[in-house]
Amino acid sequence: MTLTRSFTYVKPGSLDEALALLAEHGRAAAVLAGGTDLISWMRDDLVAPEVVVDIKGLPGLEAITLVDGTLRLGALATFSDVLRSPVVSAAFPVLAEMAGVVASVGIRNRATVAGNLCSAVPSNDAGPVLLAADALVQIAATDGERTIPLAEWFRGPRRTALRGGELVTRITVPLPDRHGGCYLKLGRYRGEDLAQASVAVLALPGDHYRIAFGAVAPATVRAAAIEESLEGRPLDEATLAAAADLVPEVISPISDLRASAGYRTHMCRVMLRRALRAAAERLADDGPPYGERLL
Amino acid sequence: MGHRVTLRVNGEQWDLDLDPAETLLEALRGRVGVKSPKVGCERGDCGSCTVLLNGQTVRSCLVLAVEADGAEITTLEGIGCEGLAPVQRALLEHNSFQCGFCAPGIVLSAVELLAAHPHPTRHQVQEALAGNLCRCTGYEPIIQAILAAGEEP
Repeated sequence: MTLTRSFTYVKPGSLDEALALLAEHGRAAAVLAGGTDLISWMRDDLVAPEVVVDIKGLPGLEAITLVDGTLRLGALATFSDVLRSPVVSAAFPVLAEMAGVVASVGIRNRATVAGNLCSAVPSNDAGPVLLAADALVQIAATDGERTIPLAEWFRGPRRTALRGGELVTRITVPLPDRHGGCYLKLGRYRGEDLAQASVAVLALPGDHYRIAFGAVAPATVRAAAIEESLEGRPLDEATLAAAADLVPEVISPISDLRASAGYRTHMCRVMLRRALRAAAERLADDGPPYGERLL
Repeated sequence: MGHRVTLRVNGEQWDLDLDPAETLLEALRGRVGVKSPKVGCERGDCGSCTVLLNGQTVRSCLVLAVEADGAEITTLEGIGCEGLAPVQRALLEHNSFQCGFCAPGIVLSAVELLAAHPHPTRHQVQEALAGNLCRCTGYEPIIQAILAAGEEP
């Protein structure tokens, strides 16, 4: 029941203080935001940090703002914050559609979008939408800041490009002027399950699409081959069928206790078609409301 | 190792000396002595350890007690201190529970829901309870009770 390993807990009050702690302890330090992954991983002994740095005392990191067409999500923005954000529902509603199917209310009240990307489990929900949207991860360390495109972020199950001593401070999403989006997540049952497979689609004017899949590869994957096959073509039955036929080239699912590889592949084809249609219809302001159940 | 932590639990102030490895669930049950938050799955799935932290439901098994320093915590013991809350009365009238292990978490999830949406739809009720597992009832009498509580003026 108890966390068996002892550790030091620190809650810095400023970014500089937090970065100094992370620089001092490197990989022996773990960043704590919502803790919904970190604390269960510590309980399961998957991680054993010597120092836990609680960043909830850092000012300004919970803000969700829109600046010059770019959505900024502070590292402390939770999925519930995303769901409640008028900025998100006006400018990037597919992000709220995603947040609404993450775990349960009690988890969403605590878990952060940035933390979901940092945990980087293959079934993470934030990844597909943000990868399809070409989001950027902003990182700070004592020796300066850097920005990594999400496309270079995921390095495998629970592995990211983040180095010891670094802290994710913000996720930024350069929003297209007009877009329709859709996030579909397949679970074993409705409510709170991890994804067996998920797909995010952004439809842009001119029959241009951006697509990413979750839970069907070691990391969230962008579907460049499918995007190319759809480029400039109206979404008729032949185009959709051709796109669905490319799914096995893009994903590499495994069979585990949640689903077989075959079922995941089949459902990715089904979900891709539905998500493409819904995103295209939403682009034309003629689609199902965001958050409506399409599976 | 010890951290001086102040918790406000159901309006009462508790000054505790805690090891950082102690979860909020452990501190509430073992130090403060409130027993309504239950030890269930201890991985955030079952919802039986649900408490309100500054008005929002959280999984107290996934929160360190030191993180809650200065926070306002409400457990079932803090709900309806002066007679049952309307939602508790509705749950009673609908005979909603059997063993009752999930009941504290479900009441708190319902309290959070009804505070934000006084007249929730069935879908909103189901969504609010999606993270509270009940193995006895099939949920229907629980959902009916919360909907009934939401119909009251």
